[in-house]
Amino acid sequence: MEEGSRDQGQQCVGTTDPEEDSPNTIIYRKIEDVIMRLQDEKAGGVAIRTVKSFLSKIPSVVSGADIVQWLMKNLSIEDSAEAIHLGSLIAALGYLFPISDHVLTLKDDGTLYRFQAPYFWPSNCWEPENTDYAIYLCKRTMQNKARLELADYEAENLARLQRAFARKWEFIFMQAEAQVKIDRKKDKAERKILDSQERAFWDVHRPVPGCVNTTEMDIRKCQREKNPQKVKKSVYGVTDDTQTQSSVHQSLPSQPSRKPTREDVQKEISFLNMQLDRHCMKMSKVADSLMSYTEQFMVYDPLASTVEPSNPWISDDMTFWDLEASRDPSQHRVKKWGFSLEEALKDPAGRDAFLKFLESEFSSENLRFWLAVQDLKRRPLENVAARAQEIWQEFLAEGAPSSINLDSHSYELTSHNLKDPGRYSYEDAQEHIFKLMKSDSYARFLRSNIYQDLLLARKKLLSKMENKASPVILCTRMISTTADQSIIFS
Amino acid sequence: MGEMEELRKEADNLKDQITEARKVVQDTTLQEAVAGTTLVGRVQLKTRKTLRGHLAKIYAMHWGTDTNCSKLCVSASQDGKLIVWDTLTTNKVNAIPLKSSWVMTCAYAPSGNMVACGGLDNMCSIYNLKGKDGNVKVMRELAAHTGYLSCCRFLNDSEIITSSGDCTCILWDIETGTEKTIFAGHLGDCMSLAVSPDFKMFISGACDFTAKLWDIREATCRQTFSGHESDINAIGFFPNGNAVITGSDDATCKLYDLRADQELITYQDSGIMCGVTSLAASLSGRLLLAGYDDFNVNIWDMLKAERVGVLAGHDNRVSCIGVSSDGMACCTGSWDSFLKIWN
Repeated sequence: MEEGSRDQGQQCVGTTDPEEDSPNTIIYRKIEDVIMRLQDEKAGGVAIRTVKSFLSKIPSVVSGADIVQWLMKNLSIEDSAEAIHLGSLIAALGYLFPISDHVLTLKDDGTLYRFQAPYFWPSNCWEPENTDYAIYLCKRTMQNKARLELADYEAENLARLQRAFARKWEFIFMQAEAQVKIDRKKDKAERKILDSQERAFWDVHRPVPGCVNTTEMDIRKCQREKNPQKVKKSVYGVTDDTQTQSSVHQSLPSQPSRKPTREDVQKEISFLNMQLDRHCMKMSKVADSLMSYTEQFMVYDPLASTVEPSNPWISDDMTFWDLEASRDPSQHRVKKWGFSLEEALKDPAGRDAFLKFLESEFSSENLRFWLAVQDLKRRPLENVAARAQEIWQEFLAEGAPSSINLDSHSYELTSHNLKDPGRYSYEDAQEHIFKLMKSDSYARFLRSNIYQDLLLARKKLLSKMENKASPVILCTRMISTTADQSIIFS
Repeated sequence: MGEMEELRKEADNLKDQITEARKVVQDTTLQEAVAGTTLVGRVQLKTRKTLRGHLAKIYAMHWGTDTNCSKLCVSASQDGKLIVWDTLTTNKVNAIPLKSSWVMTCAYAPSGNMVACGGLDNMCSIYNLKGKDGNVKVMRELAAHTGYLSCCRFLNDSEIITSSGDCTCILWDIETGTEKTIFAGHLGDCMSLAVSPDFKMFISGACDFTAKLWDIREATCRQTFSGHESDINAIGFFPNGNAVITGSDDATCKLYDLRADQELITYQDSGIMCGVTSLAASLSGRLLLAGYDDFNVNIWDMLKAERVGVLAGHDNRVSCIGVSSDGMACCTGSWDSFLKIWN
């Protein structure tokens, strides 16, 4: 049987009814696939044997090491720790259990394990009541067998249940007696197996204190259970009208699904048409773009590479963050500004440098407009209208002091938006200006001295050299300064 | 009903055409394209801090982004508390008691001024962290959803987007406390949402096994991505905003590209059987960290789709995960009531 992807409509191992699917159905089915294969000795499963121990025999067991080996071989798991983790998960959910321990984990050694009976599988949607648990603990005390002695936590549980069910304890006692009678009729070896499986069932639903209760469900998924009003079935066939119902899980009805109307289909058609009209980019281009992005940023990714000077979480040294926040950026940081205009503008020092460059070209109004609009979006509502008008006056009105260049369509749209000014009145204009800066000024910025000096740390280098001034070095310095300065040297 | 039949035929025909169009651009697969790239070396992150204080299952956490609070994060637990942590010192900056203990999500505003949460009360409650007298109080209670609040994310101090078990997402105006836009279209509970890096779009993952990309200003659904075989529990953007990552109960994560309009790759392994509860991308996008129901976090090389690391340290389901804004640290929250900081 194929594991992994499953068609929602198909049924796997017989017992579950799709109508009663619990939210954990998928994982139960996957594990049941594995369990079936594990137990199928003829098809390469583990060897389940009877082990001799002192004066008795232990029927139907398999060692933890065998299970781990099988998982590694048949599920292509390379690391034994991973196989142990998966095996422990299978045990914790209740599909296999150690015969001499209440704690459901898998060990990679000679510890003996047994498989759970399908009757007790979690996929049967068990939610056993405390009455059932009380009956179980009670019948254990009735049977005079060392292996059935209650553990401390079980004795405590029994005491609590006796107090809680004080008024109907006679009923519980009678049910327990009836169960003991039924059990006595069974074959000795069979009983050993069934007793252990029953105990393992309760280890899942009433776990040892400190162990994870794997039957707990995400409350968001509980809401969607298809049959929230279902009557919980009893492990021992007890029909008790005082059975409690958990209030949270059963309060809301599931969403009724309605049939799609003509309008729905028409909406779908227009949506599909829109999708069809959209241009799809080639996969090769997409792949290239992803690869180059990750490549560029890998050196800046602290989880993927080591960062300089040190990782503050490990060294407790804040220098890394101090450097990142300083207005005097490192070459490493300046290099990022060259990746895209977005990256340059993300960094306050980058914004400063770009602004400085634009001022030198007498074209800073575009960036100042962009920054003003970003700021507008963060203003409290009461200030928005006034600020929006100010921006219009400064950048777009006739005779504006910092007039920006918008195409007529965008201008019309913005002018219209300002009749009822809001935070997003300038969205369209801002996009246009951004594209303009990206295609025009940004490229020149990257070639400019302002940027290059920072990138190559020229100013820092120069000041270093100044401190060690000597005639020879002085000449070298003069030659390396900006091109438009003539060399004064004779 | 001849007309209905005709309409359905038209819809099916368009779907076929779209599938064709997607095939046409498949001049390669991501797997083939990255064949020449070396696998990222084994990633071994260690727990640097454990945040103790919650008394019950943690359902959600979110990092602060503003430079003043980049080391702060907020977590929500079924013990009915929202805690704002200084993750470096492990001190609790705020411990906010909630009216309803059935909380499922929390969010930190980009400005650092507010946090939000919600759950079975069907409401999104906004708390002001910077109140005049230093006390943290409820600022707004956004009520309109008819199902549980599964996720919420701030756009800024005056707008927040929520997703709900009633199959819709809503954009709210926090100042007036009203719904600005309702994004309807999913056919199952919306479980998770994420906002694009440029704040113009958001994506939602739902129990109808699909993810949808929404344009916030235009209030429309731009694209729908399918392929998962069960509920999508977690969703996030690739750092450049051009691709979407989803995590599902079918035990896989998938990467979908917005411009190619289709799935690029699936992250799965025969040894992983449990559903994905949460995910986060590293700063460069090269690593994908995903939390699973089996108590572990698996780290994937996003390009090569192979596992390169495991974070095993929690004693119960990992319910939430997040990478800090400078990419320095990863935080995991679990049903074992602890948060751990890794790097």
